[in-house]
Amino acid sequence: MLTRTGTTPLAPVSGRPYRPGGTVRLTDVERDMAEGGHGEAVAAAMDLLIRYGDILGAGRLVETGNVCGANIFGPRHSRVYGDADPVALFSEFSLDSATPLDVPPMRAHSCQLIGPYDPANAELQGLDDATLDEITRSERYLASLGVSLLNTCTPYQVGNVPARGEHCAWMESSAVPYINSLLGARTNTEGRESTAAAMVTGRIPYAGLHLTENRYATHLVRVGTPVESTFDWSVFGYFLGRHLRHEIPVIAGVPGGVDPVSLKQFGASANSSGDVEMYHIPGVTAEAVSVEHALNGRPPVAELRFTRRDHEDVVEQLNSTATGDDIQFVMIGCPHASLGQVLEVARLLDGRRVSDSVHLWVYTPSALREVARRNGWVDIIERAGGKVWADTCPAIGQFVPPGTKRFATDSAKQVHYLPAIMGVEGRFGTTEACVRAALTGRWAA
Amino acid sequence: MSDLVFTGRCLHPGEATGEVLHCSTEIPGWGGIDPKTGDIVEVGHPQRGLSVAGKVLVIPGAKGASGWSGQFHMARVLGTAPIAVITRRLNTKLALGLAVLRVPALIDLPEEAFAALETGRTATVHGDTLIIHADGASAS
Repeated sequence: MLTRTGTTPLAPVSGRPYRPGGTVRLTDVERDMAEGGHGEAVAAAMDLLIRYGDILGAGRLVETGNVCGANIFGPRHSRVYGDADPVALFSEFSLDSATPLDVPPMRAHSCQLIGPYDPANAELQGLDDATLDEITRSERYLASLGVSLLNTCTPYQVGNVPARGEHCAWMESSAVPYINSLLGARTNTEGRESTAAAMVTGRIPYAGLHLTENRYATHLVRVGTPVESTFDWSVFGYFLGRHLRHEIPVIAGVPGGVDPVSLKQFGASANSSGDVEMYHIPGVTAEAVSVEHALNGRPPVAELRFTRRDHEDVVEQLNSTATGDDIQFVMIGCPHASLGQVLEVARLLDGRRVSDSVHLWVYTPSALREVARRNGWVDIIERAGGKVWADTCPAIGQFVPPGTKRFATDSAKQVHYLPAIMGVEGRFGTTEACVRAALTGRWAA
Repeated sequence: MSDLVFTGRCLHPGEATGEVLHCSTEIPGWGGIDPKTGDIVEVGHPQRGLSVAGKVLVIPGAKGASGWSGQFHMARVLGTAPIAVITRRLNTKLALGLAVLRVPALIDLPEEAFAALETGRTATVHGDTLIIHADGASAS
């Protein structure tokens, strides 16, 4: 066994699939939920989960008490739907129901992931009152159902730390590998509709990474160049995702004691260039004690080596949209910055001022911004001319400072996505190089 | 030349006939398609600029951010979604996307089927059956 599961035994399911041609079998309670015994919203959510589970070939559902999804709606959705009512929008876009549903309090502990705006910087984002009103009503509706408004891509940094073996239903490409690998919790990469249905029902298809046999590594990766700094881990992750796509690697040759912040960046990179939902690092991640153990005693399907040359290739590729070195915007905090990363920016600024031609924006969960403010670090960054944002990011909020032609970031994920989403050029380097660019207005890696 | 008929595994039931759009690489949802038009927008995607709207969409699989289903859900509401999907690989992103798209979908087809599924040809997906119509044949 790769891991102790530590989960409660699954309740018995009926012998026949619930739908003709399907695979999902239900417990008596779930059958009652699907047939309306727990109300129309629960029935709609079960319908979605059964359809989804049948496509996956899942034999059953599994109970989950930890769900993270993205269900805040604004004008982008209401314009399409023709109605700004948060109940109607949640019903259509979250529960796949064309008719508005009476949604009961969420059955699972539920969290909102990163959202479209920062309440403290809404004006700067250029959001008009009507837009703000719509987003706020959507948030209030979620809160009324019991959804915690963590509003971050990193719930594990602000109190939602799933236990090893815990069945979760999370979306967010950087959070999924983090909780599967580092924490040993179990989640597939879910989407908006499946997380909403899981919130309402406390169920998710029992497939993929929920099952022990699907969590073993198939590919062996050897590290042939030092992977030490957080930047190295970002680059290494991007390399892995590009070459593995969706396979599970075990990484050999990494000395112990890897900083969790490095693994936050690593997973985000690997799940941007590819679809790496889980990885093993013996002695570091939760489930593998050795390479052989991670591979479940089988030979690897393939071996891969990460070299100095690969490192250089990734850095070059992630700088390939840039046609020059003038920088107008420096973005730090994708995935949302840890307190240590906020402190690092404050220290690197060292009392100097950000160039007049540059915006330095740091993104962190709102709970951590509060602590950083208390520690005086927000003040240090603001006195230097920077800003500390919460709840959103440039890619999700679809907002960069006016006049931005080229931005710099220490995040492989943000530089992967932002040029496509916002039509800007990107520079990618260390946090130190990014802060230097903020001070001088020029990129010099 | 006669119709080509193949059998695969039905992922989502239904019947639809339309023009094939064959994507040579995986397609992302978020940052991958524009739901307003159905156009593929990912920088560097070989089929960038072509639209999935109303097409029998042939893809190796779904990739990218977990917003995949959300983008295709939006496309369905806007009427820019594909009318059928044929894939080589299934992951949770695509499975959920198919559940909300509610269009006929097929997997596990032989390699000859993918070779014949050229962009612009007319194909019918019906249950576990794929029919690639002879050139010039009517879509009806």
